[in-house]
Amino acid sequence: MTNPIPWSGSGLLEEVRQRSGTEVSACFQCHKCSTGCPIGPEMDFLPSQIMRLVHLGAENEVLGSQAIWLCASCEACTTRCPMAIDIAGVMDALRIMAIDRQTVLPDAHGKQFHRSFLGSVRRHGRVYEMGMMATYKLRTFDLLSDVEKIPQMLAQGKLSLLPNRSGGIKGVREIFRRAEEEDRKP
Amino acid sequence: MKYAFFPGCSLESTARSFDISTRAVCRTLGIALVDIPDWTCCGSTPAHATSDSLAVALPVLNLQKARSLGLPVMVACASCYARLRTANHRVSNDPEDLRRAGRITGRPYDGGVEVRHVLDVLVNHLGLDAIRAKVSRPLAGLQVACYYGCLLTRPPEVVAFDDAEHPTCMDELVAAAGAESLDWPFKTECCGASLSMTHSEVASRLSHKLLSMARTAGADCLAVACPLCQVNLDLRQADAAKAHGAFRPTPVLYITQLLGLALGISFKNLGLDALTVGAKNLFAKRDSGAVGFAGGKP
Repeated sequence: MTNPIPWSGSGLLEEVRQRSGTEVSACFQCHKCSTGCPIGPEMDFLPSQIMRLVHLGAENEVLGSQAIWLCASCEACTTRCPMAIDIAGVMDALRIMAIDRQTVLPDAHGKQFHRSFLGSVRRHGRVYEMGMMATYKLRTFDLLSDVEKIPQMLAQGKLSLLPNRSGGIKGVREIFRRAEEEDRKP
Repeated sequence: MKYAFFPGCSLESTARSFDISTRAVCRTLGIALVDIPDWTCCGSTPAHATSDSLAVALPVLNLQKARSLGLPVMVACASCYARLRTANHRVSNDPEDLRRAGRITGRPYDGGVEVRHVLDVLVNHLGLDAIRAKVSRPLAGLQVACYYGCLLTRPPEVVAFDDAEHPTCMDELVAAAGAESLDWPFKTECCGASLSMTHSEVASRLSHKLLSMARTAGADCLAVACPLCQVNLDLRQADAAKAHGAFRPTPVLYITQLLGLALGISFKNLGLDALTVGAKNLFAKRDSGAVGFAGGKP
């Protein structure tokens, strides 16, 4: 993609371009991304529809969609886009914008999982899976799913009752603090 | 041959057997591994989905630690591999990412530490001839569907050690181990990744699709090289069968476990006792000298 379409109709389009570093305006709706998307059947909007909604400046629809949180970041769309749009990168930018704008999400599981995961990294330097799962389950009131798998995983040594803290924990906490500062910059 | 090893969080927990088998195979093949001292989490999907700064800074912190060892980095987890490669790609190509990574970590880093996946090291650095020469117990008669998943080959500008749509390096390793690698269509389809935690029904649907296709292609087992692929395909088989229809339980092994068996390493020293769908039956017949495989039983 070398020739962006000059168009000033949407602040959303420009913000997504800046945040993702990719030229969403180049999308001509070939739907190759949607055809190959493994999560398409569950999405409220397909990836190509998200691209179109960004063109149209439909901010509420895009940031409030379930699709941006269902995206598994498998990179199939990014790899196959004939216009070299980093569609998975656009999904990341939209998730970050939805969090920044405190958008009411139709389904907060994705956001809560990411929060619980990063909280664990910030505390221990590495993911402590038992703690992370407990936090996530409490945040989503989803206490029972998969609990039947835990005894077996403990027995096989796949889960540990205690965190395995990295010696580099101080550096990690400092990085979280400075990253927050950077993310707050306009 | 010597590498700085980045294990990543999964290899300490759900993918312990990937850790054990990778180290065992490298030891046998003469690849020395030095763990990156005090390595920390790469941030994985939760970082790139919620903070652009963390997504670059957490991998860079580890690459700076690797630089102090003066060695190229070897990674086993496909997600860690993709995050470290992406960070290198970004700081090498975008001056603002370079400056921001320096500001956050407090030290400059130019993206210069080489990062390779264990598959890449085995096939392209060590080479198949060296591996064949060490195979003492070939997996003759075993039919394997090699499953690459997403992040080992995508996006190709970032990872690029094999073809993005039709990778073959794992198939070549399986053949070197004396087994037969199958031609099948879902090599690079997604397993649902971390949706396994947030929307397990999606992961079940995708696992069912992959496992049924592998069965239809005639696979005795699947070979994988990613912790999340292994957990989704192995641990969710009962859920997938319940939701989408029964299929024959199929063992899902790390490629390092299969290769390790061919190199004569024991079941236990490859962490093969920690599979949900057990693999003992796959090798019972090889070990008794008969031909053909009955498939695994849970």
